[in-house]
Amino acid sequence: MTESPPLVDMRGIHVEFPGVKALEDVDFRLFPGEVHALMGENGAGKSTLIKALTGVHPLEAGEIHLDGAPVSFPGPAQAQAAGISTVYQEVNLCTNLSVAENILLGREPRRFGVIDGRTMRARAATLLARMGLTIDPGSALGSHPIAVQQLVAIARAVAVDARVLILDEPTSSLDTDEVAELFRIIRVLRAEGVAVLFVTHFIEQVYEISDRVTVLRNGKLVGEYATSALSRIDLVSAMIGRELGVLEEVERRSERRSADPAPLLRAEGLGRAGAIAPFDLEIHAGEVVGLAGLLGSGRTELARLLFGADRADTGRVLMDGEPLRQRGGPRAALAKGIAFSSEDRKADGLVADLTVRDNMILAMQAARGWARQVPRRTADELVEKYLTELDIRPANPDAVVGTLSGGNQQKVLLARWLITRPRLLILDEPTRGIDVGAKAHIQKVVADLAADGMAVLFISAELEEVVRISDRIVVLRDRHKIAELSGSAAGVDEVMELIASGSTKVEALS
Amino acid sequence: MTALTQPRFLSRVQSRVPSRFLPVIATFVVFVLTFGAGAVRYEGFASGQVIANLFIDNAFLIVLAVGMTFVILTGGIDLSVGAVVALSTMIAAATLEAGWPAWLAVLAVLASGSTLGLGMGLMIHKLRVQPFIATLAGMFLARGLCFVISIDSISIKDPAFRTIATETVMLPGKVAITYSVLIALAVVAVAAYVLHLTRFGRTVYAVGGSESSARLMGLATGRVTVGVYVISGFCSALAGLLFSFYMLSGYGLHAVGMELDAIAAVVVGGTLLAGGMGYVGGSVVGVLVLGTVQTIISFEGTLSSWWTRIVIGVLLLAFIALQRLILYRQRDL
Repeated sequence: MTESPPLVDMRGIHVEFPGVKALEDVDFRLFPGEVHALMGENGAGKSTLIKALTGVHPLEAGEIHLDGAPVSFPGPAQAQAAGISTVYQEVNLCTNLSVAENILLGREPRRFGVIDGRTMRARAATLLARMGLTIDPGSALGSHPIAVQQLVAIARAVAVDARVLILDEPTSSLDTDEVAELFRIIRVLRAEGVAVLFVTHFIEQVYEISDRVTVLRNGKLVGEYATSALSRIDLVSAMIGRELGVLEEVERRSERRSADPAPLLRAEGLGRAGAIAPFDLEIHAGEVVGLAGLLGSGRTELARLLFGADRADTGRVLMDGEPLRQRGGPRAALAKGIAFSSEDRKADGLVADLTVRDNMILAMQAARGWARQVPRRTADELVEKYLTELDIRPANPDAVVGTLSGGNQQKVLLARWLITRPRLLILDEPTRGIDVGAKAHIQKVVADLAADGMAVLFISAELEEVVRISDRIVVLRDRHKIAELSGSAAGVDEVMELIASGSTKVEALS
Repeated sequence: MTALTQPRFLSRVQSRVPSRFLPVIATFVVFVLTFGAGAVRYEGFASGQVIANLFIDNAFLIVLAVGMTFVILTGGIDLSVGAVVALSTMIAAATLEAGWPAWLAVLAVLASGSTLGLGMGLMIHKLRVQPFIATLAGMFLARGLCFVISIDSISIKDPAFRTIATETVMLPGKVAITYSVLIALAVVAVAAYVLHLTRFGRTVYAVGGSESSARLMGLATGRVTVGVYVISGFCSALAGLLFSFYMLSGYGLHAVGMELDAIAAVVVGGTLLAGGMGYVGGSVVGVLVLGTVQTIISFEGTLSSWWTRIVIGVLLLAFIALQRLILYRQRDL
């Protein structure tokens, strides 16, 4: 198979967004009749690579060859015309149109310039039958469940006689049977010589369906492997990476800390369908609990349940042995001293157009209510304190947050929550996308906070970091809590082993 | 597979009486009810001529609502239409006064309305200006231009215009309608054809459903976004012509607030303000509901005409609430 020339050959791809190198010198090859898995953690550049191929993002440098000839697509329409079809993670169809229109709009059959509805529905029905779907092509797409919509999206992609089919996390909304159905369709297409690019974060699926794997990390190519020759543990370590010796070691304190027998927070059978299977968890004062797991394993979902940002289907959360109000949401959690610093600092966290001071004071002001303004002097003192303590640069309280670097923005967000003096601080990816120095500083601050008695739930995609900073590590896989490690058992290798050990999949919990 | 065959049954039940028809059906029921109420209360209300008069008095509003339907279906809004109607009456009156032949005056009106629409459409598409703001600017521009032409009202004395304005067509049952009604109905027919049977029309719906999806589906979203404002501009100009047949004058203060009547008719007609759902037929019924309310109030004689506004306000609220309900039902699926 590798004898034949590649259908798609991307060489030396660079893509830049303002201030960020999204892809650096990435090569990627795709052969006809293969299923090629593209793997990597959040922000590794998978979606960017796909969008570079389909003409959504312009290339800074590098070239794309299709069938040996150099190509450059100004937009997705042109890529589609060249036989490259994409099915995106969120179903990118129009739910208000009929199923048939969603499949065929843009190349609908016409008679005398008028859309020929009957032919269109018949053709759509044929394509749907190929997907094993027997829905009415005239029905509105929105009346069908997401899984069906996903298959309709694939039917649309296949309808163009695609030579390259890109599936960007198509399985994240499907259940086991539906995934099996999807894989059957993929195999049929592969047998027809279609080159399938498959993005997923479920490791088992990679081994089930793919012939080769390309791994990206931080916008760089880690390598291209034959799936059969790559062990699960090697795949995981290629994705997560090891930054040995880059950061100064933060001393592990778990041994010397006298564990308070009564937990600060306890979750009992807490779970939410589609987000995370019911789990138990205890967090003690003065302890850093790390959450480890791949992207999509349910890390953020778990944190959001604890904080009440999403409503749990089952179980409850107790603070100091007292249950949090079921419908209280984040306000109830805040009142009990739980703070949640979200993963997406741009969308859910900082207000980019406000100053450093305003952003820091925001949570405190919210806690006091709008009627009682935080006195200017108190505000200035607190802001001053955290500017120094967290080493925020520039140390100017009147700087607009949007102008700060990612690392400093993250510190401002951290300061906002620290000002409210929480007893449990949930940090979701506090170090993503920031430079090494700021990363080390934040880690040190977290360790100091715990030493002062704060409980911290630390979430990071970087395993090294979680292991270094945590007293205890909760390991998640496929939306299940599969293990809890502490002390010497909580090493990088042990955690990696657990994440990769797909064969002993914990089905019992679901 | 079991999970995939089950929706067949589901889809049968839920899309046979599609929720997308619900608002239009509701509008029609409201129309029948209000008209029925009028018929019971006033003698001579339930006559063919009263129905015909609904069309005659609102022909321009029907045309306006058709253009507005295109815009709202994409999720946009066009606030300029009332001002463009006024500008159109002004251009028509002024050019006719200057001695232009009627056909040239009509052409000038239609061209200027479409050009204005094109300008706003390009602003919205190329510069990513909010439709609200772009068409607000268009509204001020058009209204201002009226007074550049003349501060006073100009009456139309052109024989061709006068003939079209006053001539009637007799329908069976001694019901008379004007040419304006025929023009308006033709516009409705063409609009329905374009929206349902052409790629452009289906793309209008796709853009309203989800613009980013439509773009990723490889549809010509840019052309459609600009196109609907051109259509709305053209319809406004045509409505302006019908309005000048109706008033036989051009004046800068004609049609003040008419854009809001058009939006109200479209929304009452069941088109979702967020876009992607609705029918021109619904908008026509929406106009008829508005017209019926007005007719009832004029039959009543003692009520101030402002009651029309109050009733329309209540209807608007009711229909927006209905839309939210339907949306929630879809989300829950």
